[in-house]
Amino acid sequence: MHIQEIYTVHSVYREDMKIRGYLFGHGEKSACIVGSLRGNEIQQMYICSQLIRALKELEANGCISAGKQIQVIPVVNSYGINVGRHFFGVDNGDLNRAFPGNAYGEQGRRIAHALLENVGNYIYGIQFASFYMDGEFVPHVRMMETGYQNTSLANLFGLPYVVVHKPAPIDTSTLNYNWQDEMTAAFSLYTNRNQEIDEQSARQAVAAVLRFLKRMGIIRYESHSGYISHVLYEQDLSDVHAGAAGIFRGLVKAGDDVRYGRVMAEILDPQEGTVRETILAPTDGIVFFAHTRALIHQGDTVYRLVHRLHE
Amino acid sequence: MIKTIASLELPVGEHLAIRRNRICYQKETGALGRIALVSGTHGDELEGQYICYEVARRIGEHPECLTGIVDIYPALNPLGIDLANRTLPTTGMDMNRMFPGSKDGNAMEQIAAAVVDDLVGADLCIDIHASDIFVQEIPQVRLSEEFAQRMLPFAKLMNVDMIWMNATATVHEATLAHSLNLLGVPTMVVELGQGNSINMVYGNQVVDGIFNVMHEMGLWTGETVPTQLPAISSDGKVEFIRSETEGIFLARSQHNHFVCVGELIGEVVDPMTGEVRSRITAGKDGLLFTLRNYPVVYEGDLLARILTDID
Repeated sequence: MHIQEIYTVHSVYREDMKIRGYLFGHGEKSACIVGSLRGNEIQQMYICSQLIRALKELEANGCISAGKQIQVIPVVNSYGINVGRHFFGVDNGDLNRAFPGNAYGEQGRRIAHALLENVGNYIYGIQFASFYMDGEFVPHVRMMETGYQNTSLANLFGLPYVVVHKPAPIDTSTLNYNWQDEMTAAFSLYTNRNQEIDEQSARQAVAAVLRFLKRMGIIRYESHSGYISHVLYEQDLSDVHAGAAGIFRGLVKAGDDVRYGRVMAEILDPQEGTVRETILAPTDGIVFFAHTRALIHQGDTVYRLVHRLHE
Repeated sequence: MIKTIASLELPVGEHLAIRRNRICYQKETGALGRIALVSGTHGDELEGQYICYEVARRIGEHPECLTGIVDIYPALNPLGIDLANRTLPTTGMDMNRMFPGSKDGNAMEQIAAAVVDDLVGADLCIDIHASDIFVQEIPQVRLSEEFAQRMLPFAKLMNVDMIWMNATATVHEATLAHSLNLLGVPTMVVELGQGNSINMVYGNQVVDGIFNVMHEMGLWTGETVPTQLPAISSDGKVEFIRSETEGIFLARSQHNHFVCVGELIGEVVDPMTGEVRSRITAGKDGLLFTLRNYPVVYEGDLLARILTDID
């Protein structure tokens, strides 16, 4: 393994923020894995750290295929992580909305530009990403429908689901979108946590990446075959919204199989404790996303269900 | 008449409510022209608060002169304004990247959709922004190239110092202005002053312009003031000056005046050593229409913009 410094941010009042890439093997730029772009993506950073640990061991055992190179970038926005802020800098910019960046722009755009310059020529790009809504997901691979997406490749991670998402204008400034624009086969991997570490889903994510690298001939590694992924389109998920605000009492979690009419959650009056709304399953299906915060606003997405799918 | 156009319950005894004041003194409104003034999408941009107030006040002084409908939406992001928070406080997302929203989306997407729904049908919409807290701006209209020809006649009446075509992200996809223009509501973005403050001189200048536009549209029969001729610029005529280093920026020039090549605009200094790290001089003659106010800078931060090639 060797470490390269991809970009350095200088500050008057803080030590330099160094974006580091951990490189394994030599030769063709085969796969690049990116972790925390936002300061709350702790699980994403953790997964990358465990991946680096595993790849170090594989490299020491001569299991990186000849002529293949892998890079892992565990943290981009360490300034944000160190002070508990999601976004970067005093202007609080979202680095995952700064791509393709600009070499002569403000700092966030320079970071995005330098990162994309560095990772843009890998064949496969994997980002551990987070969603804008707080909550718990079933682990899945997400791809944008850019015309370059390849769900068959995404299946090779062996995660339960592959989700194809039609990009909205706001998505065109993400790493995933711009990576695909650079002709890298880009995948975003979601586990069930962001700010807290969940060992089980982190292990699943590390295994999924190693499985993919093995199947693409980049490493030699014996792994479980994983799932045959269920491919679904985001617009086909059934969203359940909160009709009232208050304290959220979730009764099902991500991955649960629910039947039509089952009580999924209650929303309680925050001062009197009475039930203000009982949320029922609108369909049979698997809970793909679940709200997990204690409070809920009216109109928030409480659950997303994979319609009429059973365990 | 004040109407709540969107309302969502918050967890404890409060609503997030978007309100619109419709000013109209006619009984039959069906055939009347309608102008909409929108502000407060970014909670740290307060210049629009004065403009909304002053427009309503002047109409109130001469109600007999109003021959159409004026809709005022002072605060699309009321929680953000209340907290001096640019983004939506609950999610940290930029509201002006969520349009046109979605009736089936999460809470804020529903709000964005309700705002757009209410604005559809207006003959003209003026989306009033201030600068952010970092730089100060002269009064200007920003137009995307796509809609520039349609909007230019209105923009010229706005009594601003400058019309900037194909400018920054404020006129790009997923913004309110872009979404409304696509839906057939002619919309222009006005930008002035700086964040977290109100410049009443600039505000009155823009208010005069709004009454000029209303007069031209046949909505106002009262007095108007002669419109000044704005400088009209494409991106090619704007010189961006960015910091070459981190430090403390000290402006050595006045905002909104003509600078000559070589003139000192400011210095980036080191407060620890007393050293001047960088001297910033004008590369071209022109109008210094943007000047940094916020002193702490990183490499790449915007310090000034000069409008060149003007008489």
